Amino acid sequence: MTGRYALRRGLHTTEFQTITYVSGPLLFIERAEGVHFGEVVEVVAPDGERRGGQVLEVDRGRAVVEVFAGTRGLDVATTRVRLGGDAARLGVGMDLLGRMLDGSGAPIDGGPPVMPEAFWDVNGLPINPAARAYPSDFIETGISAIDGMNTLLRGQKLPIFSGFGLPGAELVADIAAGARVVGDDERGFVVVLAAMGITHREASFFRTRLEESGQLDRTVLFLNLADDPTIERLLTPRMALTTAEYLAFARDMHVLVILTDMTNYCEALREVATAREEVPGRRGYPGYMYTDLASVYERAGRLRDHAGSITQLVIVSMPDDDITHPIPDLSGYITEGQIVLSRELHRRGVSPPVDVLPSLSRLMNAGIGEGKTRGDHREVAGQLYAFYARGRELRRLVAIIGEASLSEEDSSFLAFAGDFEQHFVAQEGRRSVEETLDEAWQRLAPFGDEQLKRVSSETIERYRPQGRSGDA
Amino acid sequence: MSAEMGRVVRVAGPVVVAEGLERARLYSLVRVGRRGLVGEVIRLVGDQTVIQVYEETSGLRVGSTVVDTGAPLSVELGPGLIGAIFDGVQRPLPVMAGKPGGPVTEPFVRRGMDLPGLPRDRRWPLAYRVEPGNQVTEGDILLTVSETVAVEHRILVPPGRGGKVVRVGEAEATVTDPVVWLDDGEEPLTMLTRWPVRRRRPVAGRLDPTEPLVTGQRVVDVLFPVAKGGSATIPGGFGTGKTVHEQTLAKYADADIVIFIGCGERGNELAEVLEEFPRLTDPATGAALIERTVIIANTSNMPVAAREASIYTGITIGEYFRDQGYDVALLADSTSRWGEALREVSSRLEEMPGEEGYPAYLPSRLAEFYERSGAVVALGADERRGSVTVVGAVSPPGGDFSEPVTQYSLRLAGTFWALDAELARGRHFPAIHWTRSYSLYDTAGWFDRQVDPSWSEHVVWVQGLLGRAEELEDIVQLLGTDVLAPEERITFAVARLVHEDFLQQSAYDPVDAFCPLNKQLDMLRVIRRFHDLAVKAVAADTPVEKVMGMGVVGEMGRMRSWPHAEAADRSEALIERLEAEVGAS
Repeated sequence: MTGRYALRRGLHTTEFQTITYVSGPLLFIERAEGVHFGEVVEVVAPDGERRGGQVLEVDRGRAVVEVFAGTRGLDVATTRVRLGGDAARLGVGMDLLGRMLDGSGAPIDGGPPVMPEAFWDVNGLPINPAARAYPSDFIETGISAIDGMNTLLRGQKLPIFSGFGLPGAELVADIAAGARVVGDDERGFVVVLAAMGITHREASFFRTRLEESGQLDRTVLFLNLADDPTIERLLTPRMALTTAEYLAFARDMHVLVILTDMTNYCEALREVATAREEVPGRRGYPGYMYTDLASVYERAGRLRDHAGSITQLVIVSMPDDDITHPIPDLSGYITEGQIVLSRELHRRGVSPPVDVLPSLSRLMNAGIGEGKTRGDHREVAGQLYAFYARGRELRRLVAIIGEASLSEEDSSFLAFAGDFEQHFVAQEGRRSVEETLDEAWQRLAPFGDEQLKRVSSETIERYRPQGRSGDA
Repeated sequence: MSAEMGRVVRVAGPVVVAEGLERARLYSLVRVGRRGLVGEVIRLVGDQTVIQVYEETSGLRVGSTVVDTGAPLSVELGPGLIGAIFDGVQRPLPVMAGKPGGPVTEPFVRRGMDLPGLPRDRRWPLAYRVEPGNQVTEGDILLTVSETVAVEHRILVPPGRGGKVVRVGEAEATVTDPVVWLDDGEEPLTMLTRWPVRRRRPVAGRLDPTEPLVTGQRVVDVLFPVAKGGSATIPGGFGTGKTVHEQTLAKYADADIVIFIGCGERGNELAEVLEEFPRLTDPATGAALIERTVIIANTSNMPVAAREASIYTGITIGEYFRDQGYDVALLADSTSRWGEALREVSSRLEEMPGEEGYPAYLPSRLAEFYERSGAVVALGADERRGSVTVVGAVSPPGGDFSEPVTQYSLRLAGTFWALDAELARGRHFPAIHWTRSYSLYDTAGWFDRQVDPSWSEHVVWVQGLLGRAEELEDIVQLLGTDVLAPEERITFAVARLVHEDFLQQSAYDPVDAFCPLNKQLDMLRVIRRFHDLAVKAVAADTPVEKVMGMGVVGEMGRMRSWPHAEAADRSEALIERLEAEVGAS
């Protein structure tokens, strides 16, 4: 392999040496007859190095090419562009399991070349919505704030809205190590990790954690690190998802895809848009970022008449902890909920620091209840939300008027909020969903039956632990 | 049909520019490239034809062929629409996925598929309403087909046709078989007709929308109803419940036909609708919901230009059923994604951007869409009445309502359901804010006549209570409840009770998901009676805490789970208990 990209190369019969303009990640070719929109090209640098690229626009005789590995060292006189005649493709096969590859799919683990069984278009195709099966299998992550309050299902795409210095990676690694589907065969998940612009430290953290949990031979790693070519990041998640689609839908496996960090991905997208002098949208990100992100996030789910599934856990770092920033905002509109980490909880030592109020799992209702988790799950979670929201509201009020002026009932909500954070959200070690729900009842113990408005009398009768009955 | 051929000179995402199509008209349908990708002419500049392509364009090159079909983008109308799931340009998605009734063999949407919207081979039993010799004009009913248990599909004389019936066809026919021959010298009529999606269908007259679309959602029916033939907009940031609200309306609104447009949204949401709707039943007819529903699905990862078309495809189908005399509810989730599709195409055209990059024609396009709602008298001798109610969800970036799509939608829609992030975080659903939302439709008369003469009086009472509490909220935020007079504290507490026990409604609770109008009123009566009694009690020096802490007060929180049939008796019993306990305190 010359050069460090592993896209399948076509016949490369046509070659151009008519580059007129090099700017940022882009090359402009003149008199480029026969160039297909979207096709992959091979750029041959003056020193003979080969880089992958893709055609972004064709206009009469001109073509615009984005070069994944960047344009450093290219010139207009001697750089050549060879057409591949096809979209970017990745060689997929069972051989990928246990391998570590770079952001464009070339092995970097010192192992032999990957033996592909087929070459798949990395852009994939949209899943026909009529062919989807609605997710309904509960994934026990072992984390109460998720299992109890924002349940993850198999086939769901759920981002972790983290911030710089918050333990988003740790949370995702915990989930990847501990996730299991109750009552399922013990095969568990295959993990495909796409790292985009993360540091060597973070990459090695993920690798170590997967190794510790003995999953490394059931893992595929695509690593584009912080000092790797920026534009390659646009390719990395597509490589990972193509691998995932192969494993899930051609090999019937349950795949957990980890994408980290989508903020770096979006910045690469912005870089290309800026180089093309496109009209910028909010904060300079391109207007089509929603569509582009959807083409990544929507590659998750289950299919009818197919056994496999793709579950996505995505790390999104909120710049300046701002949830309305376009990256988390557009992500939230596409994904099926979000887990939001809180700097305040982290500072107070609550681990994991999940702020359950802005967190959400849209698919939760399809995966909980009798026969899936437990009959009281929905109502108990609703009650915890109601009390905690009230307690948090009062916390703001108390900051102004002081605790002394609260009524007895209000004081109990205020106390609940602290107790809930310290004992339910915060946890050491893994909790089963039973343990999570038992813990929930513990937190509700100070309240009388009639105060539990979100819980029906039948559920109280059946599930409320003895020793503290209502005082109605 | 002309079959003029041109050549591609430029490809930029969904936009393709061609030359050599001299006879191309605006909004003509064209086929692009070897695969025959579907596209539509959106602009003519000298000898250049600008085309938006409804499929992924990779693989096209300069010199690829473009064929002008000479016809505008149209939908196929006729039996076979109900229960169908189409993409944005009316291709049947289940047909793409595999053989009918068989397993999914092709789970991905491939390009260049040319599939008719309506099944061609299915034979429908017909009931003719005309016989040879009858004189008919446009809009008259020619025959009916029992398409599903819930829908009688009425085949009308198409606009522009009419005359004496010469002959009628067989008792069973496919959509393309001739069924009625007229003496107007034109082709015999088939059940299948086509209509250009960007043109509104003609009507005999428009009516003022005054009858509410009953939704079974308390906050909607009591506070912010939408009229049949009116329009509503639901803006809300992510996670505030737009989609659940749209789906709830699709399930429980008292419409004859529901058109659900998933425009640029999640694939799994469609999967949910497809899984639930055949299972759930319409509270009015008892038939499965899918038997009154048409689904248009162009998810966020499907080609962006087809998102733009999906809205028009949906509303044209809606108008078609309206013309048959039905009340149609059209739910579009989300119009923001449609606006973004306009923006994306506009930016590829290098048009001068307007506000936030949207094209300057965004408001006029939105108006064209919303104004196709309406209550009408249809064409035809029997003066049937029908309506299309449009409910458009809006996804404002960052949840900020000052953005263009929300603002333009507000100008057009008569009902505004403002979803509030704060409410959603406390899991108060539907998170429709009670003071920021509004309805401009005058439906009070209908409620007073059809439900109970005291309906609007109760509405005025609850609006007053919520408004007063909102004013008090500002004081409480600063000084706590202690500074309020006892009567105001009661008002404040009862308003909270209304928020929690009345306005909140669980879409997942089998009993509470749908609340009939008379139960809504029963619940309001109880709370209002309690308010009166509580005010009297504190005036007689009973402490506020004592009144609000009574066990019977908690009982009001369980009203939502009362079985509908028992609501009348149980509300009376609860009022008696309140009178006995609170009244005596």
